[in-house]
Amino acid sequence: MIVLRLPGGLSLRLRPRALVVGLAGTLLALALAVLAVGAGDYPIAPAGVLRVLAGGGSPADRFIVTELRLPRLVTALAVGAALGLAGAVFQSLTRNPLGSPDVLGVTSGAATGALVVVVAGGGSAALAGAAAAGGVATGLLLYALAGRHGVGGHRLVLVGIGVTAILTGVNGWLLTRAPLMDAARAALWITGSLDGRGWANALPVLGALAVLLPAVLLARAPALRLLEMGDDSAAGLGVPVRRVRVAALGSAVLLVSVAAAAAGPVSFLALTAPHLARRLTRAPGPNLLPSAVVGAALLLAADQLAQHAVAGRQLPVGVITGVLGGGYLAWLLAGERGGRR
Amino acid sequence: MLLLAAVAVLSLALGAKPLSLADVWHGLTDPASPEYAVVHQGRLPRTLLGLAAGAALGVAGAAMQTLTRNPLADPGLLGINAGASAAVATATVLLGVADLDRQVWYALLGAAAVTVAVHAIAGGRQATPARLALAGAALNAALYSYVSAMMLVDSTSLERMRFWTVGSLAGARTDTVPSLLPFVLAGLVIALLVTRPLAALALGDDSARALGARPGLVRGAVVVAVTLLCGAATAACGPIVFVGLLAPHLVRALTGPDPRRLLPWCAVFAPVLLLTADVAGRLLGRPGELQVGLVTAVLGGPLFLHLVRRGRVGRL
Repeated sequence: MIVLRLPGGLSLRLRPRALVVGLAGTLLALALAVLAVGAGDYPIAPAGVLRVLAGGGSPADRFIVTELRLPRLVTALAVGAALGLAGAVFQSLTRNPLGSPDVLGVTSGAATGALVVVVAGGGSAALAGAAAAGGVATGLLLYALAGRHGVGGHRLVLVGIGVTAILTGVNGWLLTRAPLMDAARAALWITGSLDGRGWANALPVLGALAVLLPAVLLARAPALRLLEMGDDSAAGLGVPVRRVRVAALGSAVLLVSVAAAAAGPVSFLALTAPHLARRLTRAPGPNLLPSAVVGAALLLAADQLAQHAVAGRQLPVGVITGVLGGGYLAWLLAGERGGRR
Repeated sequence: MLLLAAVAVLSLALGAKPLSLADVWHGLTDPASPEYAVVHQGRLPRTLLGLAAGAALGVAGAAMQTLTRNPLADPGLLGINAGASAAVATATVLLGVADLDRQVWYALLGAAAVTVAVHAIAGGRQATPARLALAGAALNAALYSYVSAMMLVDSTSLERMRFWTVGSLAGARTDTVPSLLPFVLAGLVIALLVTRPLAALALGDDSARALGARPGLVRGAVVVAVTLLCGAATAACGPIVFVGLLAPHLVRALTGPDPRRLLPWCAVFAPVLLLTADVAGRLLGRPGELQVGLVTAVLGGPLFLHLVRRGRVGRL
């Protein structure tokens, strides 16, 4: 294990295997990204893509790369990283591999917020804000409902399933209130889609990541690791349990909400990415950074699949993550049998 | 029973155009009266559908709760309605199946597949309530992603499906209930026939065998009954959550947990619940209406949360 000591008493612990996984994941995501930018109705060779990124290339290539495909791709990477990180924080805090924001209903809450705006006929800035507000409100509701002792174990997850069921009903109803054109837009959004995403969608997520990723990694990761041993042990070791939990949960809810505002409630990514990260690094603890990297790579891959899997028809990326992620969760549950839980 | 009759009359009388009791009577019996069309085309099929679907969901929920000893069991939460929805969506969008007579078969297929899958994923006989609920949630999410993909294929299917996926009785026509009834009746008869061995099964497999019941056969019969009931109800009204959760819990407070009393009373009380929710949705949502699926979600959700918070999970 390598420990980086930073000024201000902060330290960053790095495991070699986690480091390798992180680097490999990053390289994979970047390679996928170069291929993804080149792929489409107007194919550009990887060399051409790199030339454009270096500042050269033909004007047509430049336009397609920097105005059309790059924003979508950056949105995918940022949303994936945000969801992966948020999922890792949630699973660590709930001490439950199923305690991810989509199972708990935070993403459904963000969808509710956005649908209200669609029905009221608001613009996309209002939509993003309302999605974030809906996610945060749901997070607060969960925290209140789970009670003081309820954050760990299956109870919070069951509360979340109940909240999700209610919100699904509300979302479906809101969908019937909108005029057909808006309903089509909302149905696409609620599934989770990266179609036509521009820099205006990518920048808020990047901004949130830029602030919250270091904050969570540096300030909260050690405390989160201790919290996984149980509240009492952590408190005994001098962790301000309540403050850490509220801060970490708040950051994660914000990340989910901002991600949902940009790409819609992309399902199951926040659940799957930390699992895969943990399997790859084989490290205990929250695996925060690897989860973010795996999340980014996963969403990018899913989006490519969504764009090119069915010839002549673009699927929204949420369909891919929903179907694959639901299957993965089912498989996880089936494999968990006779195991720890 | 009296309550059921009262709610049925209310469901006939209330709506966008409220009718007096005398008007309802004329509308039912006198073809020449101005209310005849309103009652026979709109409210009567809707009320009958509410009775059939309510009984179906209530009995299905009660049978599942008893069989799995899981107080959280609900056809909606365990993904069975979602399975039926996914199959109906596929049939509607890809195969162009628009009439209920044929849709109901797809719904049954989807419901059956998910019933088996959820049980298998949750660990078969070792399944705990929490694991069943989680397996249901996983399949729910995956299947609804698929359903929304189907809705996005073109705008006519979106227009049709977005009202259907909320869960509503408003689409009832005169031929809805007749095409549904054989399935619901078959499911009800099977469920009510196995109540005695089901009660024995609650004591554990060995005691049940000693009492002359055959556990495997009973489980199979309940699965068939739940599939018939949920598939038919979902095909006609769309996925309605929480009725199958709520009704048995309220009835159990009066009858106790014995399925021989619980199931028949659920068949009476669940329609009362569903019709009340439907009437409430019509009154609250004026000039339009709130779909009944939303009303049941908003009513049933808090009960579910209450059960979880009270720690009743796993005790039944």
